[in-house]
Amino acid sequence: MAGAAPTPSPEAGGSDATYARLRRPLLAPTWTVIGVFLLLPVLLMVVYSFLTKEFRGGVEWDFTLAAYDQFFVTRGLFGDEPAQIEWTYITIFWRSIWQAGLATFLCLLIGFPTAWFIATRPEASRPIWLFLITIPYWVNLLIRTVSLRFILRDQGPMNDALIGLGVISQPLEILNTNLAVQLGLFYSYLPFMVLPIYAAVERYNFALSEAAADLGANRWRALFEVVLPVVRPGIVAGCILVFVPALGAFLAPDLLGGAKTFMIGSLIDEQFRGSQGNWPFGAAVSVILMTLVLIVLMIQARAAARAGQ
Amino acid sequence: MKRLLALTTLLATPAFAEGELKVYHWFEYIPQELVDKFTAETGITVTIDTYDSNEAMLASLKAGKLGQYDVAVPGDYMVEIMRGEGILGEYAPEEMPNFANIEPQWLDVPFDPGRKHSIPYQWGSTAFSVNRDVYQGDINSLGIIFNPPEELKGKINVLDSQGEVLALGSLYLGIPQCTTDREQLKALNDMLLAAKENWASFGSDIAKDVLVSGDAAAGMIYNGFSAKARAEGANVEYAFPKEGYVLWMDNMVLLKDAPNRDNAIKFMNFLLDPQNAAAVTNYAAYSPGVKGATEFLDAAIKDSPENNPPADQKGEFIIACDAETQALYDAIWTNLKK
Repeated sequence: MAGAAPTPSPEAGGSDATYARLRRPLLAPTWTVIGVFLLLPVLLMVVYSFLTKEFRGGVEWDFTLAAYDQFFVTRGLFGDEPAQIEWTYITIFWRSIWQAGLATFLCLLIGFPTAWFIATRPEASRPIWLFLITIPYWVNLLIRTVSLRFILRDQGPMNDALIGLGVISQPLEILNTNLAVQLGLFYSYLPFMVLPIYAAVERYNFALSEAAADLGANRWRALFEVVLPVVRPGIVAGCILVFVPALGAFLAPDLLGGAKTFMIGSLIDEQFRGSQGNWPFGAAVSVILMTLVLIVLMIQARAAARAGQ
Repeated sequence: MKRLLALTTLLATPAFAEGELKVYHWFEYIPQELVDKFTAETGITVTIDTYDSNEAMLASLKAGKLGQYDVAVPGDYMVEIMRGEGILGEYAPEEMPNFANIEPQWLDVPFDPGRKHSIPYQWGSTAFSVNRDVYQGDINSLGIIFNPPEELKGKINVLDSQGEVLALGSLYLGIPQCTTDREQLKALNDMLLAAKENWASFGSDIAKDVLVSGDAAAGMIYNGFSAKARAEGANVEYAFPKEGYVLWMDNMVLLKDAPNRDNAIKFMNFLLDPQNAAAVTNYAAYSPGVKGATEFLDAAIKDSPENNPPADQKGEFIIACDAETQALYDAIWTNLKK
């Protein structure tokens, strides 16, 4: 590992001069990690998105906007009609954003009460509840998604149980629908919602709720005007942690939705597979996706800054 | 590991002066006993390096490995691509006494007309299978997938693979592959969009499992997958539709600048011996392309219905289109899945 910093000798510890001298070497590992694992891949992706597609996979080092042109502009199947806006990929983006947004909303709906419940248990039992939340996530996401597929099948355990209990007479056909994708996304990312909200609620001073009640606020008013503003950072962090990975997810759409319609993740995946791939286009879609996510994060950061003032 | 095995045979063989052979091969696609047999017969030491996809093999050869290997085993379309890249060596049939053993139907293949660069290694087919508990009617047509009967609607899995889906769709409509005819391409596009309404899912890895579990009652599938589904107890029948089916074939090619060309020719000749071709098939469970190999096959493989297309129903190889035409097919595929 580059920049293995020398350990400061005990007698030098605490002196400002020592820190100033060691600042660079101590930061070197961080900068190396950020550079090699974050900046370099992103830079590579941006550069690739402007290169020319090599037939049957790979790139040629000729700079072009062809990948972005393919994303936004259509000239018909045969390329000789007047240029129009290409709705195909925008539709795929819109569908993915909608699915990820709905998953985030559902996670919030279930995640907030769950986090509240855990945070209001006696302090000794809270770790057990958190432990229970995290247990399923010791198993690989792929295995969990395949298992969900098995559970949701027409002749699967869920339908067998519901029919056995007399709730339904015909099996529910959930597998290979958007509902199944939604369930998969919700299930995959729920703890990312619960944990940050829990951290925020745990720090919440419950005396504030009592004060609100004493001052005549009903339960809803206390929730919306006292509790939510205080735990808001946790909610926002949870929403981002769910929304962003759900937006790029491709396991759930492929395995639970039957891969019938592209989502952003599967569209990108397809561009790097086999001999029919299109690397620059895959990179361009990734860049557009990343730009969208950055815009959302910037709006959020600005709103947070404004709220903080 | 493989190098080590080859070394062991080297030590056990007195005639190691005969030289060596460098094979670039799929993983687990040739039985070690067969390699040992070749070494015992010829004294040639065989070194095998492996790859896991046609594209990986091509990329590695183009990145500088060409000239280090004597033979490789590309799939049909990849032979054509490699031929176009000019990285294949050429041989004359007279150099291989066993050349005459190649089954006539595999001699003049579109990807290597007249077999100047390659010999058949193994072949199989891609079509579809139907769960006979669900549907008892005639399954002799690709209409089962593209215009399904009522019993099968909404219970069909198709391969999540552009090449196979578009080739089978073209066969169903009777239009040639790699066509640039507007009407034909539009017809293909419209037919697929209408057919998709009746499909439950796209999936290649799951193609066998959905048939065994009953999630799908019919599905596009590779013949080997269908045989496995049957072996696992599913009442599925593999169809060889009258409109045609997709063929695939892995071929051993002589590489350009082969360091041991003579030994490569000897090895290819060796693999065209019926008994040796059968040994590969008994190991890989596909089909040999060599005359007389059938009698050396295990009964389960020889009599497998998935391995024995009716003589009058022909398959087609997927053709590698040029870049401009391929872009049209890419657009149809994206259109189908958007």
